[in-house]
Order: sequence, then C-alpha cells, then structure tokens
Amino acid sequence: MERRTALRYLSAGALAAGLGACGRTPDDGRVVLRFWAMGREGEVVQQLIPAFERLHPGVKVDVQQLPWTAAHEKLLTAYAGESMPDLFQLGNTWVTELQALQAIEPLDAYVAASPTLDPRDYFGGIWNTNVVGGRLFGVPWYVDTRVMFYNPELLARAGYRELPATWEGWMQAMRAVKKLVGPDKYVVLLPHEEFAPLLVLALQQPEELLRDGGRYGNFRSAGFHKALQLYADMYAEKLAPIERVSNVYHEFGIEYVSFYISGPWNLGEFRRRVPPAKQHLWATALMPGPQGPAASLAGGSSLAVASSSRHKQEAWQLVEFLSQVDTAAQFNRLTGNLPPRRSNWHDPALAGDPQARPFRIQLENVRPEPKVPEWENILAELRVMGERVAHGEIGVAAAAAELDAKTDRILEKRRWLLAREARA
Amino acid sequence: MNGALPSAQRAAWCFVAPALLAIGVFFFLPVAAALVMSLTDFDIYALADLRNLRFVGLRNYAELLQTPLFWRALGNTFYFVIVGVPLSIAASLGAALLLDARVTWLKGLFRTAYFAPVVTSLVAVAVIWRYILHTRYGMLNYALSWFGIDPLDWLGDPHWSMPAIILFAVWKNFGYNMIILLAGLQSIPRDLYEAADIDGAGGWAQFRFVTWPMLGPTLLMVSILSMSGYFQLFAEPYVMTQGGPVQSTVSVLYFMYEQGFKWWNLGVASAVAFVLFAIMFAITLLQLRVARGIDA
Repeated sequence: MERRTALRYLSAGALAAGLGACGRTPDDGRVVLRFWAMGREGEVVQQLIPAFERLHPGVKVDVQQLPWTAAHEKLLTAYAGESMPDLFQLGNTWVTELQALQAIEPLDAYVAASPTLDPRDYFGGIWNTNVVGGRLFGVPWYVDTRVMFYNPELLARAGYRELPATWEGWMQAMRAVKKLVGPDKYVVLLPHEEFAPLLVLALQQPEELLRDGGRYGNFRSAGFHKALQLYADMYAEKLAPIERVSNVYHEFGIEYVSFYISGPWNLGEFRRRVPPAKQHLWATALMPGPQGPAASLAGGSSLAVASSSRHKQEAWQLVEFLSQVDTAAQFNRLTGNLPPRRSNWHDPALAGDPQARPFRIQLENVRPEPKVPEWENILAELRVMGERVAHGEIGVAAAAAELDAKTDRILEKRRWLLAREARA
Repeated sequence: MNGALPSAQRAAWCFVAPALLAIGVFFFLPVAAALVMSLTDFDIYALADLRNLRFVGLRNYAELLQTPLFWRALGNTFYFVIVGVPLSIAASLGAALLLDARVTWLKGLFRTAYFAPVVTSLVAVAVIWRYILHTRYGMLNYALSWFGIDPLDWLGDPHWSMPAIILFAVWKNFGYNMIILLAGLQSIPRDLYEAADIDGAGGWAQFRFVTWPMLGPTLLMVSILSMSGYFQLFAEPYVMTQGGPVQSTVSVLYFMYEQGFKWWNLGVASAVAFVLFAIMFAITLLQLRVARGIDA
C-alpha cells in the first residue's frame, strides 16, 4: 500500500516537473539564464537584474537563492544530477573542487576579450584563488578577509592606546583586559563552529599548510605549532570562553568578550545590531601577526560559468555586468560586501570609512589556501582539532601529528591520481 | 485441479507483479547498488570521471573499524539509545497512565498538548530549545539555580551535550508512543481490574499484575520501533549541535551524512550504512528472542 502511494506520488511529481519545465520556457523567445546565488547576496542581486535585462533584451535571468549552509552540497548534487545552473556564485575555496569535477568553464578567453574587466584592477591574492593550473575559473564577486574587531574603550582602560601589532603584545594586552573584567568575563571570542580564526593564525606563519604539491599535510611544521600553541594558550589562560556565544553584539556591549577575529559582513552587523549608545565600543584593526602585520586569508565569493551551460556567452555577459565598477559599487551599498576591485575603493563611501580601512590594507596581503579539492574536508578536521585543543583533550604536538595523519589519509586518492598521471 | 493451480498462480503473480517491480526498482536495486558502492572508493573524482573509480574490496570496512570517530559515533549512538529509549518509553507510559486514569480532567487538552511536540517542526523547536538550554540566559539553568545547582553549559560541555540531546529527543518523541500505549491501555478489559479489586489488589499490584502483562505486546512493539528510530539519530544533533562540542553528539547517521553528502565519499558512507544495518538487525533479533523467552 505504502509503495503504491509512493509510486503515485512519483508519477505525479514527474508530471508536475514536466509542467514546471514547460512553464519556464518564456513565450517571447528570450534566453533564460539560471543563476544561483547564496544567502543575502541571492536576495539582493535580484535588484541588479532589471538593469542587466534592459541592456540585454534577449536575456531573462532566473535567480535562485540558496542558503549558505546547504550551498556546497546543493552544487555537488546538482552536478551529479546534471541540473547545474548556467552561472553561480561559489565560495572561492570551492573552485578547485568544481574544477576537478570539470563542472566550471575556464574564463581566460572571455576575460582577455572583455573591454571592462581588467585583472590588474583586482587584488592579486584574491584573483589568484580562482586560478587552478594556470587557468582562470571564476571572477571574484566580493572579497572576504579577516581583521580584528575589538573594544577600543576597554583596551584604553587597560592601558593600551591601540592594538599591539605582534602576537606577544596582543597577548599582554588581553591579559591586561582580563584583569579588568575579572574571572566571569573573557577577552577574545574564538567560536568553535568557525575554522577561520585558527586558520588565520596558521596562514600568518610562513610555512605551507600542505607539502609536496598538496600531497601531504604539513601541520607538524614549526609555524603551525606556534599558531596552535597560541590558540591553546588563549583557552588555557581563560582569555577565550569555552561556551557558545549566540549573540556576539550583545556580548560586546556587556564586555563579556572584547576581541573577535571576523570578516567584512560584520561591519554592517556591528553597525546595525550594537545599540547607538554603544557604537563607540567597537573598532577594527589589522590582525596582530607573529612579528608584526602578516598575511590573512583570501576568502570571498566568485562567479563561475557552468561547463554544462548552453548559454555561456549570455552567462559571461552577466558575470561581466556584475563585475563592472558601478554595479559593484551598488552591490556594496546594498550588502556591505567589500568589492574585489581597487577602483571601487576610491569611492568616498569606502575610502572615508575608518572601519573599512584595515580591510583595504589587509586585502593587499592575503594568501590563498591550498588548492586541493579535499581542502574543505581538511578544514573541517582543522576546526575539530582546534576545538579538542581548546577543551584540553589533546596536546598541541599530538594534535598536529594527528591532523597530519588525517590529512594524509584524506589526500590518499589525490596522491594515487597524481602518480597515475605521472606514469601516463 | 492440477491444471487450475498454475493459472491461479499466474493470476496471483500478475497481481503482485507491479508491487514487486516497484519494490525491486525502488528498494532492492538501490540496496544492491549501495552494496557494490561500499566496495569501491567512489568520491568526487569518480563523479567527474568513472576511470577514477577503484575497486577496493573490504578496505572501506576495514578502515572504518580503525577510524576513532566511527567508534566514537557508535558509542554516542549507543549512549543515546540505551538512555533515551527507556526514558522515552517511561515518559510515554507515565503520560498514557495519567491520561487513562479516571480522575484526570481535560483529557483531550492534555492528549493534544503531549502530542503537539511530535507534529511540530524540529527546526522550530530546536531554536526554542537552544534558548532554554543557554548557559547564562536559559530557563533550564534558571530553574536549576533554585536548587542551588551551578549553571551547566548544556550544549558546550562534551559531558552534557548528549544528555541535552536526549532530553530534547524524549520531549519531542514521547507523545507518539503515548498514543500507542494509550490505545493499548484502553483495550485492557475493565473486568480484569474489577476482579483484581475484589481480590484486594492495590494500585501498584494492579499495575504490576494486570496492566504490565496485558500491555506486554504493545510495549514490545513500542520498544522495537523506538529503538530502531533512536538508532537513526540524526536530525537532533544536526540542528542543535552539528555534532559538537568535540564530536560528542556525532551519531553513526550523522557521520554517514558527513562522509556521503558533505565530502562525497559515497563508498565509505555506503559501508557505514551497511554496518549500521547489521547492528540494528542483530539487536532486533535479540529483542525478539528475549521477548519470546519472556513469553515462554
């Protein structure tokens, strides 16, 4: 009985899907471009589409919004199910993975022929995250790097006029703040569900995170050891709270925490969610580095064209339109996301914003993460290891060794493929 | 007579053929495909090009048994089942007995209220439970403070995360079994209680010697259903803790989901599915054996 109902639903579903497909073909003969974008960007980008459609009367853009948490799975499932959109937004750390699947189109020829898109105008480190094996697979849409959000007023009370630039100075400043706030409050927020803070500390060290061309983990290096040790110390000295913090803006206001390593989206969030009377309690600064300012992560989203698309030319036109300086400026006003082109940063709205300035400086010094398709998986292991170290469950040296062992196992298939390639 | 049977059989086969076909295509075929997949290293590379697929025999299974996280997930799942199932059945039985009692007022209201969590969206109630379980602002810790208990970091402390998940799951699910048990209670003939009354049995003795044995088959069914449901723990940690803190709420199914749909290691994920199947099959057999032993 149950199976028969299931069958009936299936056939009904197939019918509905067929009807839906019919409904989607526009009567006016325009080309329909399917565009997937994530989260807030997916919502906001719809406001930019009418201008594009006016410029290209033969094209109709169908924007579908995906939640960030499901985006990665959804893209892979769409690829497996051969239902990829024509173009889509993707986290720039996924470029290698989708390139390995041959799911995205190389864009070098399009860029070379483009009158408006100038690669030299882009921040180099960010542009580079989209290059795999010498070819370009995505165009940066907006950028993400990490700086320090901190409470300048509390820091001043602890005797510091500005955030120290070195790890050593930063730790001393945090200890001074801890003395002020007492045992029930903390200083720095390092959320367990985020891999970025630990990753940023690791990227500040000169060593590569994977060695031998991405064949093995390199977490036993002296540099990673120092980064993980610093992370562990912040918990051991009770500078970082072990419990989950659900509303960082509120906690900043009551001085429960006063340092937070975070990204550009929080500029808007801090402005919006910290009460007006407490707006002076937050500011941004460059991340302190081992011996002074260092590289930070080169994150952000890119726009990519699917290899399976039958409308690549039109898809590229949309990529080009969204990358124009004026469109990017409008996008920045709508979302607060930071533009990847230097030209946009001459805009007084950005150039005159003191809280955005550390991002501008940091963007000139960002470092792509290792370009292996397994990187997301390795990052997840990194996050868990950071959490275990924070809970005092495992020592720093043992954690690094275990992380290497796990990484080596994840990369086993890659080593086999590379060896086979070398033989052939 | 002899000639008639085959034609009757043929007719019977014709009638069941569509159902068999559907079961074959939608059930046995995927299971067989998953079994084959569990013997390969199917991953995103194989998804891109099938020439990247390797047949690895039982390596997925062998490596699984050497993966600490798998054992941890198994341990977490057993913890959840061993504590959660009896607790859930006890809660269901308690609620069913209260609803069945003659003195209870507003039975319809309570029945609806106790059943409501079963039909509400898990994601919505998870949001509320995360507030209830919050270390500094949560209601639960506030209530505990009346008894002089220090605040517990329910979702942040690896020792308390699983109890928190169990509490949440029991609250969410007990209403379902309660309805089944209530039906079981109401089908117990009232004259048995009258006879027990005449023999001088008190409330406890009536429960022990009338209700409990009469409810036996229902309880067996409820326990098998709950156990197989609880072994498939996934949604609660997925929405509440994402397997954390420190992997203390990673269940076998959550582990399988991450391997399969997050990292696309479908070979490993299939192997996990078969191991989980073997475990659940063995435990259900054991349960039936025990139940038969009690009956005999």
